[in-house]
Amino acid sequence: MSATVAVSTRGIVKDFESGDATARVLHGIDLDLRAGELTMLVGPSGCGKTTLLSIITGILTPTAGTVNVYGVDLGSLRGQDKVAFRRARLGFIFQQYNLLPALTAAENAALPLVAAGLTLKDAVPRAAEVLRRMDMGAHLDKTPSHLSGGQQQRVAIARALVHGPQLVVCDEPTAALDAHTGLTVMETLREIALDPGRAVLVVTHDSRIFRYADRIVRMSDGRIESDQLNGETHHETTPPAAHWHAAARRRAAGVRDSLLDGASHA
Amino acid sequence: MGEIALRMLLGDRAKYLGLVFGITFATLLMSQQVSIFIGLMARTASQILDVREADIWVMDPRVQYIDEIKALPDKQLARVRGVPGVEWAVPFFKGLGVVRAPGGIMQQVILLGVDDATLTGRPPQMIHGRWEDLKQPDAMIMDRAGWEFTWPGEPFQPGRVIEINDRRVVVVGLAEASPPFVTFPVVFTRYTEALRLAPGERNRMSFVLARAAGGEDPKAVAQRITAQTGLQALTSQEFQWRSINHYLKRTGIPINFGITVVLGFIVGAAVAGQTFYLFVLENLRQFGALKAIGVGNRQILGMVLLQALLVAFVGFSLGIGLSAAFFEATSGVTALRGFILRTEVIAATGGAVALILAIASFASLRKVLVLDPAIVFRG
Repeated sequence: MSATVAVSTRGIVKDFESGDATARVLHGIDLDLRAGELTMLVGPSGCGKTTLLSIITGILTPTAGTVNVYGVDLGSLRGQDKVAFRRARLGFIFQQYNLLPALTAAENAALPLVAAGLTLKDAVPRAAEVLRRMDMGAHLDKTPSHLSGGQQQRVAIARALVHGPQLVVCDEPTAALDAHTGLTVMETLREIALDPGRAVLVVTHDSRIFRYADRIVRMSDGRIESDQLNGETHHETTPPAAHWHAAARRRAAGVRDSLLDGASHA
Repeated sequence: MGEIALRMLLGDRAKYLGLVFGITFATLLMSQQVSIFIGLMARTASQILDVREADIWVMDPRVQYIDEIKALPDKQLARVRGVPGVEWAVPFFKGLGVVRAPGGIMQQVILLGVDDATLTGRPPQMIHGRWEDLKQPDAMIMDRAGWEFTWPGEPFQPGRVIEINDRRVVVVGLAEASPPFVTFPVVFTRYTEALRLAPGERNRMSFVLARAAGGEDPKAVAQRITAQTGLQALTSQEFQWRSINHYLKRTGIPINFGITVVLGFIVGAAVAGQTFYLFVLENLRQFGALKAIGVGNRQILGMVLLQALLVAFVGFSLGIGLSAAFFEATSGVTALRGFILRTEVIAATGGAVALILAIASFASLRKVLVLDPAIVFRG
């Protein structure tokens, strides 16, 4: 497993003001995410997971503390630079997919490339290639309303990967899916995380998918409660991640190369 | 991102059609009503517009507009001719007459008497016959509306006899006169013939038509006529606007048309504004997702403006097309003669549509630009 630190936060504090009242939702978060790892950020609702995710991706600015993503201090980026950084380095997978209903699966997956300046005509074939490698070749021209939840989430995953990001963040990626589809999606994410040049951060409170994590960070009341390699505390109820890794690596070997090659060349 | 923006808009067919309908409706209503209004106002000065040879109109000082006649004594003609800078001056009669056709049809007409010798006061375009035929005994030339009313459906035939104010006249020609505000047919005779046909009064001369000598400013000559004779002398253009302004001030026409145009604007703005706002609101999460994945505010701004521009272009084109089709379809209708879609009206309507879309997109744009992309992380 690679030891390269992909994301490093130090002393992250976030306050939200509402009228005269100030609510502190993050209390000095220190966290490291490593490349080649799938880290899950777990904890009860309102514990600050999504706020921390928003800060790590540069969408929210912390009240105090620093965020460093692949050597870039997000605090040093302003306005358009931060937007450009997100566009180039990050991939997003949302709970509600947030696909554009008027666009086909391939066009939706091509959006980050179009945002980066490519024409839709040039971007779509590259997005289609990523979708084909995710067994979505038969659905390229379908609009989201003609796709199942699992298929829509795979389109969202393709959209997150098409431009070869270094950090993929997923917000409750299985919350809107049934159990079987959720596990299929997690296997895809697991395969993505096998790339040693990429880190995957998943925010979830779906305990069924914890076993796909390399590392589980538990949050409570705006603080990190524990940060452990998977299996260190939960091996009695879930298969040790290390064992799963070995199996998964073998199973995904063929798929991985083509999928990640396609994404990183996009 | 332009193509994405257009696909988003066109993909939501109901809202797209709603937006286009709103703009089309506003464009049609505004351009059509303003054109009819301008056409109506131009009609109030139609007889002034038709007299091309004279550039000065001389009249009683109390006259406010072309249809208000306070006849002058004949001696005033000589006084006007005596003013330095006046090249020539001729009498002009304007009054009302009642036409009775052989079939018993009766119709009030505008009776215009043009100068016997020079025929000054006639409109520029003849449809049938020659102006010189007016010099024949009892001759008169009527406009197209007059012929269509008196002999509906019949082709023009010179020599038809009718009565005006119970006196015999012979139709010798058909002229293209600008339609008058009161929609009566217009009948042209010689000045002396008009005096014979019109009811007797002590003073008979409605106006004196004059022309400034070469090199003289008509306005200066008109002022000189006023100073020297005590009569009201106006250039053709001043008299046109005097007549138009009279109708603007003394009638409810501008208010009525104004209300319709403002309603068109408000309804268009309300429909387009609300639909566009709803469209953006329903796509807010998608816009949030785009912002999260790195689409900047400038790109979002361009997307929303492009969507607004497309709607404006399609709606405006359809509205102007429908308006033009209306005027084309009604161009043969006598009651609507002279009503045309002017370039200035198209341009002004375009400006109004741009304003509607600016209003419509303002609220939506604000919503999108201040949108926190973190919205997409909230289930």
